Amino acid sequence: MKMNVNRINELVAGKIVHDPGGDHRYSCAFASDLMSDVLRLSAGEGTVLITGLATVQAVRTAEISGISCVIIGRNKKVTDDMVELAQENGIALIASASTLFELSGRLYENGLKPVS
Amino acid sequence: MQLKYDIQGGNFTDAGKASSDVKRVLKQLNIDPALIRKIAIALYEAEVNVVAHACKGVMLVNFDKERIAVLIEDEGPGIPDINKAMEEGFSTASEQVRQMGFGAGMGLPNIRKNTDEMTLNSTPGVGTALSFVVRF
Repeated sequence: MKMNVNRINELVAGKIVHDPGGDHRYSCAFASDLMSDVLRLSAGEGTVLITGLATVQAVRTAEISGISCVIIGRNKKVTDDMVELAQENGIALIASASTLFELSGRLYENGLKPVS
Repeated sequence: MQLKYDIQGGNFTDAGKASSDVKRVLKQLNIDPALIRKIAIALYEAEVNVVAHACKGVMLVNFDKERIAVLIEDEGPGIPDINKAMEEGFSTASEQVRQMGFGAGMGLPNIRKNTDEMTLNSTPGVGTALSFVVRF
């Protein structure tokens, strides 16, 4: 199952804070507040990062890892510098009030896979 | 070709800018994307280490058709026990660093994992020099 940013946003009842456009499709997701763990993944393109870490480093870590969609959960405020960095690097940013557990569950039950 | 970047200790807002810039240059050179990803991750882990632990540092990046060689030198507390620092899970990071999503003691092992050669030298109270090579 592959889905685009709009479909992901719909499933997590989120708000798209930045959409770089294009037709990126995502097949798997990884949830973590620890960026060190994100940097150890072998996946990049096609992976969604789900995190409660609302800092510019979450977006930077995604960019370095080749991840182009980040969901910020737990109703954390997405800051202007996060949006700016996402814009510079073509990264989609979605904000949601849900917990990481719920975000992960919604995406998993609709076909996104864990990062292998 | 050589690139040089100054890294400021404690500045988490800019942490990763140098690594992103090198990544951009490597993309323009049409290097294999999988290799670029490995190099970018190693650079970023090293850059975050300087920001997290040192007063300031310099990143020197040299590359030719065959390889990229990176040297990151910092002025800071240094590492008293390098073998211990290379163990997964060992960290001396502050609470602030952990709140930024780092400091889990996985940076140095991850640099080793993503590079072909890695050398770490440190003088406690003076600073640390980390170098690594990735062959194209």
